Amino acid sequence: MKVLVCISNVPDTTTKINFNDDKTSFNTTGVQFIINPYDEIALTRALELTEAQGGTVTVINIGDPSTDATIRKALAIGATDAVRINAIPRDAYFVATQIAGYAKDQGFDLILTGRESIDYNGAQVASLLGEMMDLPSISIVKSLQIEGGTATLEREIEGGKEVISCPLPLIASASEGMAEPRIPNMRGIMSARTKPLTVVEPVEVPNLQNIIKFEKPEGRGQVKLVSADEVNKLVDLLHSEAKTI
Amino acid sequence: MSVLIYAENSKGKLKKSSFEAASYAYSVASMLNTDAYAISIGEVSNEELEKLAKYGIKKILTVNTAQMHNFVNQAYASVIAEAAKSLSSNVVVLSATFSGKALAPRLAVKLQAAYVDGAISLPTNDGAFTVRKGAFSGKAFADVSMSAVNKIIAINPNSFPIAENSQPAVVEAFAPTVKDTDFRTIVKEIIQAADKVSLPEAEIVVSAGRGLKGPENWGMIEELADLLGAATACSKPVSDAHWRPHSEHVGQTGIAVSPNLYIAIGISGAIQHLAGVSSSKVIVVINKDPEAPFFKAADYGIVGDAFDVVPKLIEAVKEFKATHA
Repeated sequence: MKVLVCISNVPDTTTKINFNDDKTSFNTTGVQFIINPYDEIALTRALELTEAQGGTVTVINIGDPSTDATIRKALAIGATDAVRINAIPRDAYFVATQIAGYAKDQGFDLILTGRESIDYNGAQVASLLGEMMDLPSISIVKSLQIEGGTATLEREIEGGKEVISCPLPLIASASEGMAEPRIPNMRGIMSARTKPLTVVEPVEVPNLQNIIKFEKPEGRGQVKLVSADEVNKLVDLLHSEAKTI
Repeated sequence: MSVLIYAENSKGKLKKSSFEAASYAYSVASMLNTDAYAISIGEVSNEELEKLAKYGIKKILTVNTAQMHNFVNQAYASVIAEAAKSLSSNVVVLSATFSGKALAPRLAVKLQAAYVDGAISLPTNDGAFTVRKGAFSGKAFADVSMSAVNKIIAINPNSFPIAENSQPAVVEAFAPTVKDTDFRTIVKEIIQAADKVSLPEAEIVVSAGRGLKGPENWGMIEELADLLGAATACSKPVSDAHWRPHSEHVGQTGIAVSPNLYIAIGISGAIQHLAGVSSSKVIVVINKDPEAPFFKAADYGIVGDAFDVVPKLIEAVKEFKATHA
């Protein structure tokens, strides 16, 4: 089985978000970058499947050379090889077009992404890829089993789940529950240095939309404390002041 | 030119989020001096669909064939794209539900459209068509200018009020052309708790963390949630420890929620958790540690032990309900 896992280079989850003075770009000063946590879940599941059934796992990232460290980490976790499309990821449409352009004649049986990246939270790439490549796509998947060329997936829905069957090839976006992320071991880290990382130049993509400004939410006012002996007072405040019950 | 909504249903009933989408679309249509239409896919009665008229929808197309009864994102995207073309709709509005998120990007490719997921504002009326959405998992907002001719907006559930703009509406059957390859995924089973409030759509959320000490202590959390008609949620350490399912995990790597009221019990308020709840309208924190960072991000707080405060709160809510029934 030939698997492609799409990984995004995102700020660590503990990062305090700041923007540059023009408010149109993220200030990366002092920020630690990681593999998008959902992509790490996808990568782990891809490794579990290929370890059990045979096959290869390629990771692909859209980024400039500064994302190589993140790609090497994916190789250390266990990916076979890596591809970097040498471009700044403008938006999800741009990213999906690059991945589709690379993947279309590579014969992947399975393409996995995370359910969304934790920076722009678009949750788009899996479905965009599905449409661009005319393949089925299943979003926000918490269980993925493959047997004899057919996948059984559990997709999250409001208040429950849907069990889906789909023949390969297919595209799925991984959510929590699909796998427990792995920590690379020393052997993995050593071997990652010599695994192939191919750099590919990007294709042209039409510009459909632009982020014109970022803004941070205003903080809440001072918290109103109620004594643990006067819980009734909280209920009154939520009714008469906050008007939420 | 017109505005089209995808009216999503659950078991034949239109979702609340579909009425939010209708109200939003009516506002956009008014701004553009045009009309708002709807497309429904699945087993929904015409009588149910006529409810959309109350929120300003003038025409409702319905696709109610057996083949279309289960959600298949590829097929649904084909149908909506065809409806948008036949109604000359260049703005499509839907709700950013699990299904909405799965089909909208496919629709964006079909229509060569700009697409904003999780919108929390109406578009600006300055020609730039700028829509605000959450970014960095709730730690920031991004304003996105949608320059393409066609535009798709998936609105964040529970972020827009339902507004009445009653007018007569017609329901018409719509017969789209779908391909066999649209149906490669097959829904085998739908498992849904009938009586549980769904977390992403909930108006009130009762959430608990490690302060609860173990899964056996969630009875009082569920009781409080039931009383308030709320959904239950939890912090990451709780779902990581399998005390609660992952689907209840709220935070940066879980679900982002925007309820009217978020009650956090025994959750310290790590930056990743705060990211997932920052767009809640009112936040109540109950924690025995007065230094818990969550108090800095809360509107109301009680410093106290969950095992003391929650039973008292349950009694207080019962009393309130008895006097306000």
